[in-house]
Amino acid sequence: MPFIPHTDDDVREMLAVIGVPSVEALFDEIPANLRVKSLAEVPEGLSELEVMQLMGERSRADGRAKCFIGAGAYEHHIPAAVWSTVTRGEFYSAYTPYQAEASQGTLQTIYEYQSMMASLTGMQVSNASLYDGATAVAEAALMAVRANRRSKSQRILLPRTLHPHYRSVAVATASNQGLRFEELPYDRATGQFGVGALGGFEAQDTTALVIQQPNFFGVLEDVDALTDWAHAHGALVIAVVNPISLAVLKPPGQWGAKGADIVVGDGQPLGCPLSSGGPYFGFMTTRMEHVRQMPGRIVGGTVDLDGRPGFTLTLQAREQHIRRAKATSNICTNQGLLMMAGTVYLALMGAEGLERVATACMARTEQLTQSLCSIAGVRRAFSRPVFHEIVLTLDRPVAAVLSALAERGIQGGLDLSEYYPELGNALLICATETKSQADIDAYARAMSEALRAVRAA
Amino acid sequence: MKMSDASPKSLREKLIFEHSRPGRGARGQWPRAESAGAGVPEALRRTRRPLLPEVSELDVVRHYTRLSQLNFSIDTHFYPLGSCTMKYNPKACNAAALLPGFLARHPLAPVSQAQGFLSCMYELQEMLKAVTGMRGVALSPLAGAHGEFAGVAMIRAYHRARGDLKRNEIIVPEAAHGTNPATATMCGCVAREVAVDADGDVDLAALRAAVGPATAGIMLTNPSTLGVFERRIEEVARIVHEAGGLLYYDGANLNAILGKVRPGDMGFDVIHMNLHKTFSTPHGGGGPGAGAVGVSTRLLPFLPLPVVSREPDGSYRWLEEKDLPQSIGRLTGFGGNAGVLLRAYVYMRMLGREGMRRVGEFATLNANYLSALLQKAGYDAAFPERRASHEFILTLKRLNQQYGVTAMDVAKRLLDLGFHAPTTYFPLLISECLLIEPTETESKETLDAFVRAMAQILREAREDPEHLHRAPYTMPVRRLDDVRAAKELDLVYTRPAG
Repeated sequence: MPFIPHTDDDVREMLAVIGVPSVEALFDEIPANLRVKSLAEVPEGLSELEVMQLMGERSRADGRAKCFIGAGAYEHHIPAAVWSTVTRGEFYSAYTPYQAEASQGTLQTIYEYQSMMASLTGMQVSNASLYDGATAVAEAALMAVRANRRSKSQRILLPRTLHPHYRSVAVATASNQGLRFEELPYDRATGQFGVGALGGFEAQDTTALVIQQPNFFGVLEDVDALTDWAHAHGALVIAVVNPISLAVLKPPGQWGAKGADIVVGDGQPLGCPLSSGGPYFGFMTTRMEHVRQMPGRIVGGTVDLDGRPGFTLTLQAREQHIRRAKATSNICTNQGLLMMAGTVYLALMGAEGLERVATACMARTEQLTQSLCSIAGVRRAFSRPVFHEIVLTLDRPVAAVLSALAERGIQGGLDLSEYYPELGNALLICATETKSQADIDAYARAMSEALRAVRAA
Repeated sequence: MKMSDASPKSLREKLIFEHSRPGRGARGQWPRAESAGAGVPEALRRTRRPLLPEVSELDVVRHYTRLSQLNFSIDTHFYPLGSCTMKYNPKACNAAALLPGFLARHPLAPVSQAQGFLSCMYELQEMLKAVTGMRGVALSPLAGAHGEFAGVAMIRAYHRARGDLKRNEIIVPEAAHGTNPATATMCGCVAREVAVDADGDVDLAALRAAVGPATAGIMLTNPSTLGVFERRIEEVARIVHEAGGLLYYDGANLNAILGKVRPGDMGFDVIHMNLHKTFSTPHGGGGPGAGAVGVSTRLLPFLPLPVVSREPDGSYRWLEEKDLPQSIGRLTGFGGNAGVLLRAYVYMRMLGREGMRRVGEFATLNANYLSALLQKAGYDAAFPERRASHEFILTLKRLNQQYGVTAMDVAKRLLDLGFHAPTTYFPLLISECLLIEPTETESKETLDAFVRAMAQILREAREDPEHLHRAPYTMPVRRLDDVRAAKELDLVYTRPAG
């Protein structure tokens, strides 16, 4: 019996202790008409050998194309030590550290994570992770409503330069509680949204302004002016950032005169594989004054009976298991193991290693851009500087070009025509430190061929 | 906080920052240096490095390995944490999910290069439908509470689509998980609690009084959080449906009935499944989970995006907004915790239909056996006349009155004796309670050893209660000062002065 250790003798002895004739008798409180008749749709069980053969086939079925897609999930080198550490049973098969004395390993790691993320984002406190970057934006919007007591409008401004999925998730999650989301347009020449886009809200009560840096197009926003505008108009600033970029970009805590108020993002670039979309982790940091409005677990240092230091879950009065309907969020299980991978990754990289990753990504993206833009029919869509992603405009429909690229073993980027139809044949591409000059050359060759093929068709 | 202030003890480990030495680094893991930040305009550049440790690879490996050794886990200890289903996490599930083809796949890669992955997801949806009796499944919610959100949002969307805008009350039994009322709030509804009777079933008179034109639905766990099966579930369903509300099944306790009863057959309209409980994906020290949702026919149009579909030609694709225009929308950045879903898929394929049945049977056998032995040892079951489900509650009220020993004392002493503590002080309804869930993967010998430990604690309670108040003694730390943690907040390490 897979994973069940009972021998026939065990079962007999256990039933005798309970005082029932059969296992079946233990279900006698369940109305007979409700009992399962057949599970025919579930296949027969497989041995480990059989299941590994099956999964090996399935995992190879999709090929190994070179991936130049970013758009919120980025391929980075993950040091071997990250997952060999994180998948140790003591981390992998533990749960939320409710029993602090038996969970100091997890708790101390979370404390170290909180310290690293607070410093990386230039903020004072961090929680122990949220689900992902998209849900973190939704939680940040809800938190802003609680934290910005002077604002009554529950109006959150979302620029169209924020990841379209993040916008969808924020609306689907937080509008249930009456939040109003308003979209801000961007400048077609620069790919940024400027203070100009905020003109219509000068005289209105605004709860928070969301700023993604770098934005969905990879473009660097003018974060100082936007932050100062928000604060001058009584709004909080929710920063949405890529943690790798913070090795070289000004941390949100230093945006404008006063800094951002809540910082969120997806921690995936920190040691989490692409893995078809998850598990990743969302992060959230903020100022100390807002800590009681934060959702999610928080770990604090304290002392034990003998006065020696230790760690425990703290400020639990914010959470669902204590406050129930009045909790800051319903979140319970979060993304602990991924947060742990992020911590080990940051420890291995340090500030200098992280800078190297960030600058290598920027250099590769710049090389790729130059190579592709030297091909007739390919040009940059926007003028402003980017981090490690960029939008290109093609003279042929992107979908056709992408399938021609796929035939050549290249996943060439994300087609923006459904998300931003006004941009025409726009393609979002990304090159991280994992891409070599040879990879970039291969992409450029494939792009030339693909465009020729599409034109000929 | 500085861990170096601690007395030297083998069970302690400094903070990673305290291992740091200027100029040290895991350079072999870094990419080659490039000209720094050339493209970043000066006004947007970082000027001061973040506080990250400067350590070698060995420093990092040794540090986190030592930290791991301070944890209890399923791989090292019996972990009977009630309501959490801490069963063994098979290694093959992990190995399969970590195959390079799955790990390297970008979530937005073209569907033509995702067929192997999507076939697993589609078959997982189908198997989950089969074992729950629901008509449609969406895999994207990222944890149990996230699935709850999706479920209640669907209930709300269903009423709105019918133009019934008054229904904003979600009924929850008073013993419900905290996530249930918190979810109601997240969805813009109001949680309304109903009482439970002395046998642990929902009080039907109270339920009849609570339902009405404002009832959006009821959230139930069955078996309930009290560790007993809700025997009149069909009557509960009838009352709520007749009042115009829908039934939500909190899948936290699905392990108890897997292969024996299906929520769909009990009358539930929507359910979430904690794949990290019932389908044995790792709990990871607090996630990742996966909170797939299942629905009855009337809620099919409202499923969260994306959902995997199988086309007539046998290929797979994601259904998006144009396919499901009434969907409650997208709740996750991408398609869900794919790596967790793959682990659950492998687990279900290994169990197969017979293995699925045995889960509920042996989880129930283990719980009833443990409950019987602990009662013989002198503990009080909260519901001694009822069958245990996959878990059961002990109440230490008598022990507390006689010797002043609390559930917390017993929990902490269990750690000394080599067992993770059961869930304590939940459900809130039962005073001084321990919620104990052994799961089906534990052997009789392990359960017997746990009973011996509990018997020892009972002796200690009679002979030396003070000893229990001050437990644990053998852990990396003694009992921690939670009040101080909340009052004198120490949430991050800061660079030492000078």
